[in-house]
Amino acid sequence: MKRLRRLEEHIFQFLMGLSLLVVLGSLMLILGTMLWRGLPSLSLAMLTQTPKGGYYLGEEGGILNAIIGSLCLAGGATTLALLFSLPVAIYLHTYASQARIAHLVRLAMDVLWGVPSIVYGAFGFIVMLWLGLRASLLGGIIALACLELPIIVRGMDEALATIPSALREASYALGATRFETATRVLLRQASAGLLTAVLLAFGRGIGDAASVLFTAGYTDRLPDSLFRPVASLPLAVFFQLGTPFPAVQQRAYAAGLVLTLIVLTLSVMARWLSRRLTRHVVR
Amino acid sequence: MGRLAIRRVTDQIAGGGTTVVSMATSLLVVLIGLVLLVRSWPIFATKPLGELLFSTTWKPLQNAFGYYPFIMGTLWVTLVAMVIAIPICLLTSIYLAEYASRRVYAIVKPLIDVSAGIPSVIFGIWGVIMVVPLVQRIASSEIGHKLSGLPFFQINNPTGYSVLAGGIVLAIMVFPVIISVAEEVIRAVPVGLREASWALGATRWQTIKYVVLRHAAPGVLAAIVLGFSRAFGETMAVIMVVGNVPQVPRSLFDAAYPLTALIANSYGEMMSIPLYDAALLGAALLLLVVVLLFNLSARLVLMRMVRHA
Repeated sequence: MKRLRRLEEHIFQFLMGLSLLVVLGSLMLILGTMLWRGLPSLSLAMLTQTPKGGYYLGEEGGILNAIIGSLCLAGGATTLALLFSLPVAIYLHTYASQARIAHLVRLAMDVLWGVPSIVYGAFGFIVMLWLGLRASLLGGIIALACLELPIIVRGMDEALATIPSALREASYALGATRFETATRVLLRQASAGLLTAVLLAFGRGIGDAASVLFTAGYTDRLPDSLFRPVASLPLAVFFQLGTPFPAVQQRAYAAGLVLTLIVLTLSVMARWLSRRLTRHVVR
Repeated sequence: MGRLAIRRVTDQIAGGGTTVVSMATSLLVVLIGLVLLVRSWPIFATKPLGELLFSTTWKPLQNAFGYYPFIMGTLWVTLVAMVIAIPICLLTSIYLAEYASRRVYAIVKPLIDVSAGIPSVIFGIWGVIMVVPLVQRIASSEIGHKLSGLPFFQINNPTGYSVLAGGIVLAIMVFPVIISVAEEVIRAVPVGLREASWALGATRWQTIKYVVLRHAAPGVLAAIVLGFSRAFGETMAVIMVVGNVPQVPRSLFDAAYPLTALIANSYGEMMSIPLYDAALLGAALLLLVVVLLFNLSARLVLMRMVRHA
């Protein structure tokens, strides 16, 4: 009986180790594959040129249009999302008078987080038609901003929740209003966490394809106007992989590698910043 | 007006402003649902819901819009993903919450968090490079021929672009979603419960099996539901590896055509055929409704668990 129990324990410990290995192994495998297949076709020309004639048949050119396009899309979307998420974060931590309402707002954000990005794409598409726009940078920004909004709000919410309530009480005791407390104490204290939230949302925005598929379109030109279509990295990967030419598919791998590197850099930077900047914060 | 009055008014305005913005963004889900409903109304008004959901013919030019093959495509791929992901994720979360030393945890947790941020197209390319050839090789191998006799394993499609490939890619995508939530829930089980069990002479694993998991069960289930709804709504990773053949899959090796792929592939032509746009936006509405129901129930369970923890 006792031996059986020990055997069961050992079997499950072995299975747990195996599972952890599968989880980490698949992550490493994905990153490794991207490096191995992407690096050989990555060149300076790919990063610094826009597609020339015949690019999609395997000739000269690069994906600068997609890189710049993605930065514009994610940058615009993050800015737009910030305009809405900052007030929500402040509301949750200063003005929400009843815990019930704050709970409901958090629930709404969590639910929004779960909405599939293709649904944001469809929603953005309809809004775009109503505004009389065609597929454009602005359309893409609107769809992506909806996608990023819950990510930023929940990130900021978590950052603000770590602030000790004594700090807020001290500020009130000195006669500061709620708004002054929010802007001069809370936001400043949580600045590292806020930045982390923004960077993570930016990373999500730059990597999302389904929401920009209908709303931003695709073009070989560099972005020049809010009302014109714009290219994006994930779609560059998707479209190039869909062509029958191996040379173009190679470039899809390279574009994928560029995208992976950007997202990983953002993610690591966000975590590093949050650790580094919190050193001098009052606890 | 004095300075004090100005400060007070500013505070009032900021309070009003943030409240309005908060309420408005909270209602965004409702707005998305309503907008989709309005635009897809023509299809729901002209066709009975039963026909839309259970008809297998999708021929927009002949005004036939049956979602059934696509719904089944989505369900097959998602279920395969969950069958793969659930045991692996549960064992990993138990390990991380109960067994991992602080040092191992400090290395593993950030890695899992980082993998949650990898864009879905990257999973898609990886699927095309590694998973599809793997499935193809299995399908044409000895093992494949032996499996072929079993139900759900018949091989009619040798390409490798299949339900199985989609399921594997999706499973890896939902690992971080399920693990991070499940691990948190397991960790939130009060230490006192564990100590009581140990004191009665139970082993570590027995304690986990009879005390910790039982206590954490609703939350773990919620984590699985969140993973399910993430897989259910995923587009890019799936579209690249499932083959996109509009049929009801009968086997793991068959190609499928999930709802999300349908929307993403057809948007270009949808404005030129009557009712086509309504049908596609109806598909988006269907996705939204399913995902919302799942998410809402999972979140309500999690909220209560965290509050009582």
